[in-house]
Amino acid sequence: MKRLLPLMAGVVLLLSACGREDLSTLNPQGPVAQKQFDLMTLSISIMALVVIIVFAICIYVLIRFRRRKGDKSVPKQVEGNHTLEIIWTVIPIILLLILGVPTINTVFGLAKDYSKDPNAVQVTVTSHQYWWEFEYPEYGIKTAQELVVPTGKKIQFTLASADVTHAFWIPSIGGKIDTNAGTGTTNKLFLEFPKEGVFKGKCAELCGPSHSLMDFKAKAVSQASFDRWVAAMKAPAVLPEDSKIKDALENKCLSCHAIGENNAGSSAPNLTGIGSRQTIGGILYNDEPGKSVESNIKEWVTDTQKVKPGNMMPNAGELGLTQEELDGIAKYLADYKLDY
Amino acid sequence: MAAHAHTVKRYRGLMDWLTTVDHKKIGILYLLAGGLFFIVGGLEALMIRIQLMKPMNDFVGADTFNELLTMHGTTMIFLAAMPMLFALMNAVIPLQIGARDVAFPFLNSLGFWTFFFGGVLLNISWFAGDVPAAGWTSYVPLAGPTYGSGHGVDYYLMGLQIAGIGTLLGGINFMATIINMRAPGMSFMRMPMFTWTIFITSALIVFAFPALTVGLVALTFDRLFHANFFETGSGGNTVLWEHIFWVFGHPEVYILILPAFGIISEVVSTFSRKRLFGYSSMVFATVLIAFLGFMVWAHHMFTAGLGPVANGLFSIATMLIAVPTGVKIFNWLFTLWGGSIRFTTANLFGIGFIPTFVMGGVTGVMLASAPADFQYHDSYFVVAHFHYVIVGGLIFGIFAGLHYWWPKMFGRLLNETLGKLTFWTFFIGFHLTFFVQHFLGLLGMPRRVWTYLPNQGFDTMNLVSSIGAFLMGVGTIVFLINVVVSAAKKQRVADDPWEDGRSLEWSIPSPPPEYNFKQLPLVRSYDAWWNEKQKGNAEMPPAEPVGPIHMPSPSILPLIMSIGLFAAGLGFMYDKLIVAIAGLVVTFGCMFLRSVFDDHGFHIEPEEQEKGVHA
Repeated sequence: MKRLLPLMAGVVLLLSACGREDLSTLNPQGPVAQKQFDLMTLSISIMALVVIIVFAICIYVLIRFRRRKGDKSVPKQVEGNHTLEIIWTVIPIILLLILGVPTINTVFGLAKDYSKDPNAVQVTVTSHQYWWEFEYPEYGIKTAQELVVPTGKKIQFTLASADVTHAFWIPSIGGKIDTNAGTGTTNKLFLEFPKEGVFKGKCAELCGPSHSLMDFKAKAVSQASFDRWVAAMKAPAVLPEDSKIKDALENKCLSCHAIGENNAGSSAPNLTGIGSRQTIGGILYNDEPGKSVESNIKEWVTDTQKVKPGNMMPNAGELGLTQEELDGIAKYLADYKLDY
Repeated sequence: MAAHAHTVKRYRGLMDWLTTVDHKKIGILYLLAGGLFFIVGGLEALMIRIQLMKPMNDFVGADTFNELLTMHGTTMIFLAAMPMLFALMNAVIPLQIGARDVAFPFLNSLGFWTFFFGGVLLNISWFAGDVPAAGWTSYVPLAGPTYGSGHGVDYYLMGLQIAGIGTLLGGINFMATIINMRAPGMSFMRMPMFTWTIFITSALIVFAFPALTVGLVALTFDRLFHANFFETGSGGNTVLWEHIFWVFGHPEVYILILPAFGIISEVVSTFSRKRLFGYSSMVFATVLIAFLGFMVWAHHMFTAGLGPVANGLFSIATMLIAVPTGVKIFNWLFTLWGGSIRFTTANLFGIGFIPTFVMGGVTGVMLASAPADFQYHDSYFVVAHFHYVIVGGLIFGIFAGLHYWWPKMFGRLLNETLGKLTFWTFFIGFHLTFFVQHFLGLLGMPRRVWTYLPNQGFDTMNLVSSIGAFLMGVGTIVFLINVVVSAAKKQRVADDPWEDGRSLEWSIPSPPPEYNFKQLPLVRSYDAWWNEKQKGNAEMPPAEPVGPIHMPSPSILPLIMSIGLFAAGLGFMYDKLIVAIAGLVVTFGCMFLRSVFDDHGFHIEPEEQEKGVHA
């Protein structure tokens, strides 16, 4: 163990600060990812030790015992060596014990269930081809694609899928868990977000053509800000003033989507406050140069299959949206921001 | 003569290959078919790497990409890696145990043809335009009838079902062969290491493949006959499929890697001119790995939500496999230690295997730690890990074995200069492709992604990986050139071309006559041939007098039976019951013919043996 320590220190130095703060498993931003990172560094250190030993013996042997030209001598035919064989059986067992004990410890530590904990925030995650639905049963609100959570609290997720198996993964906050379809296979996972910030989330289980585009965001905000967000989500939705746009929105969008209390049992992403989200569809970034919420919504609605192949949403033409209606709806949605 | 008055059936040319039951020729057929599918799977891999060369690339579409990754995995595992192992098994095992053929030559031929037509069925999906796209693991519901519309997954199910028959037959056949057909004096603990690993692999096949068969049948029923095994809407369970698949799938990993262990043991020992270090512990380690291999399937499902007790148990069980594997690694290193190491191409692949496989092995132990696996799972880290084990382990092993046994199989030596070029391009290309993928996974890139957004820190490493893939392609092309060059050159190869051969296959001509051994050898020790040479003997002591040799007759029935199954598979898929029934009638009709009309084979008389009957 003592010999491992300097190696571990080296590995930690080498690995930490690798990759983006909001995406990399090597740059943990929460206690769950931190525990997993600790196990990773421990195992990488042990394994680096093994690799170094094997490489050293291998290189030594290859140089020392290579056949000289014309060498006809027959080396001693060794059957084996009990001492050596016991050594390389026992040492790996010890190394595995060093790794096995904290593994078991963490397995149970990360399996804690905070469903009944009044201080934890409950979130029900439902995965769809290719978007994420987040429901907050305690507050009676639903949102999509952008998970909003308060810092400093345990967030208890209950996860299931509406269609095929997906996997819910926020690399820099904590490891993933599958979302299964069907009854009896609902999964639980808790995470913690000590720092404010927006973290990238991904789908990690092959779920169809747009699997690679099934990104989401996890936004950690202060408790006060979170409370304001909940209040804003619950406030009655303001629909467009222009009655033509309002009609188009109600007939062509709200048949699937929900905004506030309108069409609450929806089968498509909830659009309440979409104007304050970082992306449209999880992948079209609103803050990229030359892009805006409005332009991204138009890009998305004009040809949804181009942005996310195989998704369920019809495009503007199929919906019968006129350019005027599209412009109006895009502007309305872009301006629909939540103050929190 | 009267006692052996059967007509000697002999075919020439193409007909000879279609009807052969000779294990050496079936080995070559397996190599040709497996090599062909290896090239197909390799081209699919290159297209995958071209697509991922840069962010938001549009070389192929999302649907096509999922088809490519599914077909790449399925083809490489079932249609390239396993058949190439079967090629070496067929070419070498009977020779190594001093037998004249396998226990069931007819089944051997049937096994090849069912594998081949299963593979063809799977691959004509490309031409039918309905390609499986749910991954080689075919997880439901994505592969189920509701979300996997079209016939793509049906091709996967039917193709693997038919090819699986071949694998199962091979497993049974080689188990029976190794138990029953060893030459006099060859006790179990005198068997060469490659024979041992094939023996254990065959046992694994016999126990693991039925699980796949059951799973495929269940999913086929879901898709074709509206059963509800995995249909969640009707109370089915998707996690059940994951269990069934991995109860087969994890032993499959050992089915692939154990033979490579065997090849490396033979190659390293031969080219260091030294007895395999710790032979009995190697045997024990092999058995233990196989046993533990059945106890660890759920480590593929740590994130499925099995709970901490299952995750903890399967973590520890998985870690335990590292112990016997470590024993093997050190035994190889100490076989080299004190030896006289000759760097042939075969040995370069053998030596390259050791550190590469260790790297794949240690990431395996890392993955075994369930909480850390929550981060690795389904990320590129896993992609790197299993390619290190399967390419760096198995494919290096197959290349080592092919270069090593090529003279015995074909009577020609492969060119060493081209061979070394193959090794270095493939070796460097391999590490270039897959080493960086560990880090891609750790930085947050999930696997099986068709494309990725820019600015995530994935771009450079993906480009490096793609360049490496092309280098591996170059290595493969050089190998093919080597094969052509060696085939074009007339040469006579000695019985023991490496001069340091240790097992029985090196005591007979290259290539061996049809009946392998004119007189069955008497085995007096482990490394039997090496020890006879050390005693100054020029050939193995015979265990029987010269006499007529009984041979099995060639038969066209296995080919026809497989074509029947192929037609039946297509018929079931496209709901054309007439075709399905006709196909099955052909297959069962052939079985009837085979059962009713006895064929006792024929004999090769001693005077004919003198003339030398070559395969």
